[in-house]
Amino acid sequence: MSADLVIKNLHVNVEGQEILKGLNLELNKGEVHAIMGPNGSGKSTLANTLMGHPAYEVTEGEIQLKGQSIVDLAPDERSRLGLFLAFQYPSAIPGVSVANFLRTAINARLEARDSAGNGNGRPKGLAMREFRQMLKEKMAMLKMEPGFAKRYLNDGFSGGEKKRMEILQMAMLQPEIAVLDETDSGLDIDALRIVSEGVNQLMDPNLGVLVITHYQRILNYIKPDHVHILVDGRIVMSGGPELALELEEKGYDWVKQPAVRG
Amino acid sequence: MSDNVVLGVDLDEYKYGFRDDENYVFKSRKGLDHEIVDEISWMKGEPDWMRALRHKALDIFFAKPVPTWGGDLSKLDYNDIYYYIKPVEEQGRSWDEVPDDIKRTFDRLGIPEAERKFLAGAGAQYESEAVYHSLKEEWERQGVVFVDSDTGLRDYEDFYREYFGTVVPAADNKYSALNTAVWSGGSFVYVPPGVKVEIPLQAYFRINAQNMGQFERTLIIADEGSQVHYVEGCTAPSYSTDSFHSGVIEIIVRKGARVRYTTIQNWSHNVYNLVTQRAVAYEDATMEWVDGNLGSKLTMKYPSVYMMGRGAKAEILSIAFANKRQHQDAGAKAIHGAPHTTSSITSKSISKSGGRAGYRGLVKVYKGAHGVKSNVICDALILDEHSRSDTYPVMEIEEEDASISHEATVSKVSDEQLFYLQSRGISEEQAMMMIVNGFIEPIVKELPMEYAVEMNRLIQLEMEGSVG
Repeated sequence: MSADLVIKNLHVNVEGQEILKGLNLELNKGEVHAIMGPNGSGKSTLANTLMGHPAYEVTEGEIQLKGQSIVDLAPDERSRLGLFLAFQYPSAIPGVSVANFLRTAINARLEARDSAGNGNGRPKGLAMREFRQMLKEKMAMLKMEPGFAKRYLNDGFSGGEKKRMEILQMAMLQPEIAVLDETDSGLDIDALRIVSEGVNQLMDPNLGVLVITHYQRILNYIKPDHVHILVDGRIVMSGGPELALELEEKGYDWVKQPAVRG
Repeated sequence: MSDNVVLGVDLDEYKYGFRDDENYVFKSRKGLDHEIVDEISWMKGEPDWMRALRHKALDIFFAKPVPTWGGDLSKLDYNDIYYYIKPVEEQGRSWDEVPDDIKRTFDRLGIPEAERKFLAGAGAQYESEAVYHSLKEEWERQGVVFVDSDTGLRDYEDFYREYFGTVVPAADNKYSALNTAVWSGGSFVYVPPGVKVEIPLQAYFRINAQNMGQFERTLIIADEGSQVHYVEGCTAPSYSTDSFHSGVIEIIVRKGARVRYTTIQNWSHNVYNLVTQRAVAYEDATMEWVDGNLGSKLTMKYPSVYMMGRGAKAEILSIAFANKRQHQDAGAKAIHGAPHTTSSITSKSISKSGGRAGYRGLVKVYKGAHGVKSNVICDALILDEHSRSDTYPVMEIEEEDASISHEATVSKVSDEQLFYLQSRGISEEQAMMMIVNGFIEPIVKELPMEYAVEMNRLIQLEMEGSVG
């Protein structure tokens, strides 16, 4: 039985330049992994490639989600399979309210499920009342004002609001594997705590989380089981939570040495 | 027997209700000259002054050159058009004659059978419906007049003498001259002082009259302190065998009154749509144009408000969607002719698959009009690299204390936006649709509910196939 997310010898080109150079990683539901890396190491490339951004070209290797290869799937198909990416820089969609967007996204999953024959015979889509109740609860969990649901998606949001919005989406869509791409960037301590606590409340045996970050700071709140260090497109070191602290202390130069030598 | 034959139609046969598709009471020959104008006026039994006005307008039409700005009008052949067809009882086309693609579109829009037949010009019997009757009784009780323009001229001639052609004179432009010469169809609306008409007046209800005419002429007078919302046209494609539509809409908004006029045009893609829509707003009056342009081959339409009394307000909202081989040259004009007048123009255009959409606008502040405020926003969304958007904003400001703002944006649907929405399980096509709907949301939310729903469905149809 292979892991729920398997990344094997992944090579990725962006605009003709190789950024990921043979990355390997396995992650199971119920686990939290952190990938730490300096600027330019390929962190965001990994996040975007996992989700299927068209500008990121997989030249070699494999990504499997729950035993299925997803390299040739469109981003929406990956999402409906249970993958989620919390963006570092979420896009604004003017004129589309948070509530409308979330309902469309949830219904897209339910419709796909029903048409695949896995439905339980109930009508397509989530009933309005059910949806509102769920949204209210999740927003309360993230300490968001009720008026937030009526705002246009990420339009004029502050940095902190955008990151909370990402976690709200994660809470609503209930993925099996979630990738958090530099969720801590641009957050002050209070916002970081709220966002992290939100993620922690979502933790359960059916969710695996991959936290991608430059700094160790967020790992004080979201405790990883495993820490991997990414340098120049490869994982150069893996270990337990203590590795993050050691890295914080010694800096990235400490791990860059072997990569250069190797 | 021969007394009953009018221009080839046997009225004896007609009076028993026999109809067939070519059974017009009168159909002019193709082409345009003074004789045709005489025939039209005679068929309608109009007063002499109207006939004289038509003739004068025709001379103006002949004298004025074809505009060389805006869209390409060089292929429009004025001699290949029937200028007047008086139908027997109602539109005489049968459902079988409606082209299949139009029928299919109706199917996909989910339009009820009766409505489809009407929209396709095949006739239906809405006037017998209870809902229309109760509305009509309510209007009559309030003294509201809402009739077709032929009836308007016959029964309310004084209004026509006083106002017809005063807001849009024949000499205003080549097509207002043409309309004045050959007009038929359209509505006449009068709302008495202080009356607030709650339910929008929809041309749609009045279906056995010729409101879908090629040269419709509408006159709306909102008396002091009254309110009315008039909705013209329908959101479903209006099928026309003719390729030229040129309407004139004149609106008088008296002191303290408020008029909103909503049009959603979805002419079939062979139609030249050249319309002059203009309102005069007096002291503290408000005029609002809500204008949606989805259909036609070329539309040139710039709803205008002349603010001629202190404190008058104008609001113009416009959406244009230009698909393959379409050119939407839409826009707005706000003319500030009095102090403390306020205008707001919001224009949203979308172009796709080689379509061309534009905003052509004018804000004019006359000398002496102090304390004017005007705000113009025009946003264009271009969906692919084959499509085009143009913006031609003109400002003529003759008072220094005017507060004028103008914002224009041109945007493309970004790969990042699409990726973001797709990453939430939304398909690329639905994501594109969502971005477009969001773009026009500020205007759609101003539409009556059923129009907003249909507007979204129409855009959805236009968007099909936009994703490879």
